[in-house]
This record gives sequence, structure tokens and C-alpha cells, in this order.
Amino acid sequence: MDLYGKGFSRLANIVLIILSVVCVLPLLLLVTSSLASEQSLLQNGYSFWPRELSLESYKYLWYSRSQILTAYKMTILATTVGTLSNLTITTLMAYPLSRKGLPGRNFFSFMVFFTLLFNGGMIPSYLMWVQVFHIKDTFWALILPNLLMNGFGVIVMRTFFSTNIPDEVLEAARIDGAGETRTLVRIVLPLSTPILSTIALLSGLAYWNDWINGLYYLVKRTDYYTIQNLLNRLIASADFIANNAANSALTAGVTVPSVGIRMAIAVIALIPIMIIYPFLQRGFVKGIVIGGVKG
Amino acid sequence: MQTAFKGIKRKLKRFFPLYVMMIPGLTYIIINNYIPLTGLQLAFKKFKYVQGIWGSAWNGVKNFTYLFKTGDAWTIIRNTLGYNLVFIILGTLFAIFVAIMLNEIKRKKVQQVYQTVILIPYLISYVIVSYITYAALGESNGMINNSILIPLGMEPAKFYTDPKYWPFILTSVQVWKTFGYSSIIYFASIIGIDKAYYEAATVDGAGTWKQITSITLPLIKPVIITLTLLSIGRIFYSDFGLFYQVPMNTGLLYDATSTIDTYVYRGLLETNDVGRASAAGFIQSVLGFLLVLGTNYAVRALEKDQALF
Repeated sequence: MDLYGKGFSRLANIVLIILSVVCVLPLLLLVTSSLASEQSLLQNGYSFWPRELSLESYKYLWYSRSQILTAYKMTILATTVGTLSNLTITTLMAYPLSRKGLPGRNFFSFMVFFTLLFNGGMIPSYLMWVQVFHIKDTFWALILPNLLMNGFGVIVMRTFFSTNIPDEVLEAARIDGAGETRTLVRIVLPLSTPILSTIALLSGLAYWNDWINGLYYLVKRTDYYTIQNLLNRLIASADFIANNAANSALTAGVTVPSVGIRMAIAVIALIPIMIIYPFLQRGFVKGIVIGGVKG
Repeated sequence: MQTAFKGIKRKLKRFFPLYVMMIPGLTYIIINNYIPLTGLQLAFKKFKYVQGIWGSAWNGVKNFTYLFKTGDAWTIIRNTLGYNLVFIILGTLFAIFVAIMLNEIKRKKVQQVYQTVILIPYLISYVIVSYITYAALGESNGMINNSILIPLGMEPAKFYTDPKYWPFILTSVQVWKTFGYSSIIYFASIIGIDKAYYEAATVDGAGTWKQITSITLPLIKPVIITLTLLSIGRIFYSDFGLFYQVPMNTGLLYDATSTIDTYVYRGLLETNDVGRASAAGFIQSVLGFLLVLGTNYAVRALEKDQALF
């Protein structure tokens, strides 16, 4: 019997090792391809084992670094502004909804919940943002549509507040003369760091990875492109970056390694997440568990 | 009466700051979610950009007849429902399998490493995923053609011009990207099972396989049912990133890759065919809503505690 159990555990290890390799190997293909010389890419295609290694793709990206740096700046800016706003608005919405005595609580909760069940779809939403709020080709296009507050986040946070903050604590604060704002900031929030970090993490990931808002709303102002938007544009036309770089005197006489450059820029976009992820891993797993089991 | 009124007034005064707190959130959902609902009427209008959603003239059901006459409706509904069905079945089975395997890993540290690694694909945006698939499948530069098919003496495959490969490609990419996420959800519910069951089973001489089939699976059944029904509730929605980015929006592949969401996008921003696209969007919103209500009803009948409302 025991042997049987051990055998199973060994099988589980083998399966998970294979799956882990399957998860990582495709990313490795990006990296090895970005390190291949243009010549070997043209001859042998993208591969795990390039004939000839070279940094020429990265060198070329270095020439057009200003475009990439601008895109990174936009990504960081949009992620920071978006995540902080999301966290603030979600908290301010979730806390009142967690208060049992609040008149109209059920109505407002339903208003939030209903957004998860029924929506108007992309066309009405696009036309409203563009024709009524004029966010096309502005920075706000990266922040406002869809990502600013998620009804699901509100519900998860509300549940956390009502199950983890005892009524007696709130009552005691009230007797001590603390107002609602003070109670929220001084008492509730310090007790709620797990849920706050979960919501921040998920919102941060959504902003960091978002390219859909840029695709819909940034048409002329490509200087607002985030790194994801830049990548999205590049896969359609690899010369988007080449054109820009070719204008600079630095690149005169350099041939564009357009096959390798694509993979190099994808690697550059991938690096920050891969560096940060191990530190935030626990938070992500916790966030998925909280989010998934409830809904 | 007088005192009741006073009571309400006192209550409102006491809760006033709480209402103020909700203003930003409520404003946002009204703008982002509720106002666009009124735009569903566009499906019955002849849209003119300058006249906007509310100013355009009514058009009856012409958008719908047009949508169904061209055969687009059939393709996008078939693809949306078909892919989702495959994703739900394969995704669920695979996620449960991986979750059970994770649970069999006895060393906590190792278990955590596996969890970390299988979650990586979930964190990557579909833009980057499309670079990876392009590196693998590209016709002249792709890894599969250059390093596998040609060296084996086979014809290079024309992945980006032949739709026949795409059901397989899209399914693989979707499972690759999401299995870590869903298996972690199932894994969490497996760890929640009381260890006493397993101890008792071991005493009774039940092996690992027996324990999985008669303890683990029956006890996570409620979670399986709920998650499956929830995904059925979203069966009219497709992941725009998967169907737009991974095939790189290639026209030749539309027959196998076009879903309601990509069709709506193209109608709005590429082909300027807002009428048909909003008819498709309307079908998605309304049928999607009815399905959510229906599945919730089903969840309530099967597992009362798991129902959403």
C-alpha cells in the first residue's frame, strides 16, 4: 500500500516537472531567438539552439531606445495611476457596503453586482467614451475604460470587511468619537492588508498587461503607447520601430535586423514581470484563491 | 410619524459620510456600465457616426437579417460556442487532474515551486503570447517548420494561411495559458478537505487512487459544478486577446478564428460595419444575460450554497 502511495507521488512529480517545462519552454524560445544573429535567423528560423549568437537585435533596439523608454514610462505611469485609483475607489465602495445598518445597502450592492451579469458590450461603450467623454487619444484612455473598478473586486472586498472586521471594533471606535473616515483609515484598513494587496496586485497586473484600451482609443497619439501597445503595433508592422529609428542619424548604414528585433523587444517587455513575479507569487496565488472560490 | 421621520434623519446624518464614499464608485459604474446599456438600442438603428447612439434613425431588425443572411452570424456563433465548449470540458478535466497531482506532492516547498511555475503563462499578456506563437509557427522563420518539419523531410506547414490548424492551436494556447490558474482554484478546494477522511481511508487500506475517486472528487464536486456552470454562463463571450492576437488578426483564418468579440471589434474599427457588429453585440449581451440567469438557477437547484444570487 505504502509503495503504491510513493509511486503515485513520484508520478505526480514527473507530471508536474513536464508541465513546468511546458510552461517555461515557450518563453525560452523568445529569449534564444532574440539572441540569434539575423543571418542565422534568416537561414534557420527561430530556434532554441541558434547557429550563431549575437546581440545585434538588442544593439539595434538600443538605437531606438527613446521609443521603448517612453512606452515603458507610459506603462509605469498608467499602472501606478490606475492601480492606486482602482484601490481607492474599490475600497471606498466596498466599505459602506459592508456596513450592516446602512440604509439602501442592498440596493447599492445589487447595482454593483448587476454590472457582472449584464453589460452593453464594446460598441456602446466605445461610442460613449469617444463621443461623450472624448477620451480618444488622451492619457485617460489607458486608465478609464473597464479597468478602473471591477464589481467583482468590490464584492470580494466587501465580504472581507464584513467577515474580518468585528462589529464591536467599529462600535468601539464610534463610542470613542471617531468619524467614519477616521474609522476606515485608522482601524479598518490596517486590519485589511491581505485584501488590499490582493486587489492591488490583480489591478496592477491588469493595467500592466492591458493593450485593448490602447488598441481601441489610441489612434494618433502613439506617444501614449504603453509597452504592450508598442508590441501590438510591432507584430503587425515590424518596421514601425525601424522607421522611427532609421530617421536618427545614429542608424545610418545599419541594416535593420527585423526578424530578431521582434523577439528582442518581446523579451524586454517580459523581463520586469519575470523579475517581480517571484516576490509577489504568494500574493497572486492568494488572490486567485480568494477570487476563484467565491466566484 | 414625526419620530420615525426624525429617526430616518438621524440615520441619514450618521451615514452621510458613507454615502459620500460611494460617490466615485457609483459614478464610475453608471458611466462605464449603465449608460452603455442604453446603447444596446443601436442594434435596431442605422448608425451614423455624427448622429451618435441616441440620434441615429431606427432601422427595425435590418441589422439582424443582414447579419444572418451573410452567414457571418453562423460562423461567429459556432466558433464562440464551440471553442468555449471545448475549453470548458478540456480545461476543467485538465485543471482537476493537475490539482490532484499537486496535492500528491508531499514536500510543501516543492509544491510551491510548481504552483509558481505553472502560473507563469497566466501572467503574460496575449500580445507577448502572440510573439511566442509566431516564433513557433511562422511560415518562413518559425521554429516548427525550420527545426522539426523540414529536417524530417516533411512539407512546411502554412500555419498562418490555412485555417485547419487553428482549432488545435487556439485550444492548446488557451489551455497552456489558463490551466495553472484554474488548477490553483481546484487545489485550494482540495486542501480544504478534512485530513481525517484520508487518515480513516488509509487505516481501512484504501490506496491513493481509491482515495482520489472516493474522497477527493466527490468532495470537490460542488466547486466543479459551480465553476463549470459559471463558465457556461459566459459561453457567449470569448477572450478577445486569444482570438485577435494569437492568429494575428489574419483574414485568411477568420473562418476558424472569428468570434463574436473579434467580429464586433472589426465591425467597429476596421470594416466600419457598426450595424451588423452591434446586432452581434446585442445577441451576445442579451443571450449572455439570460444564460447567466439560467445557470444560476441551475446552480441553486443543484448546490444551493454556491448560487450567486
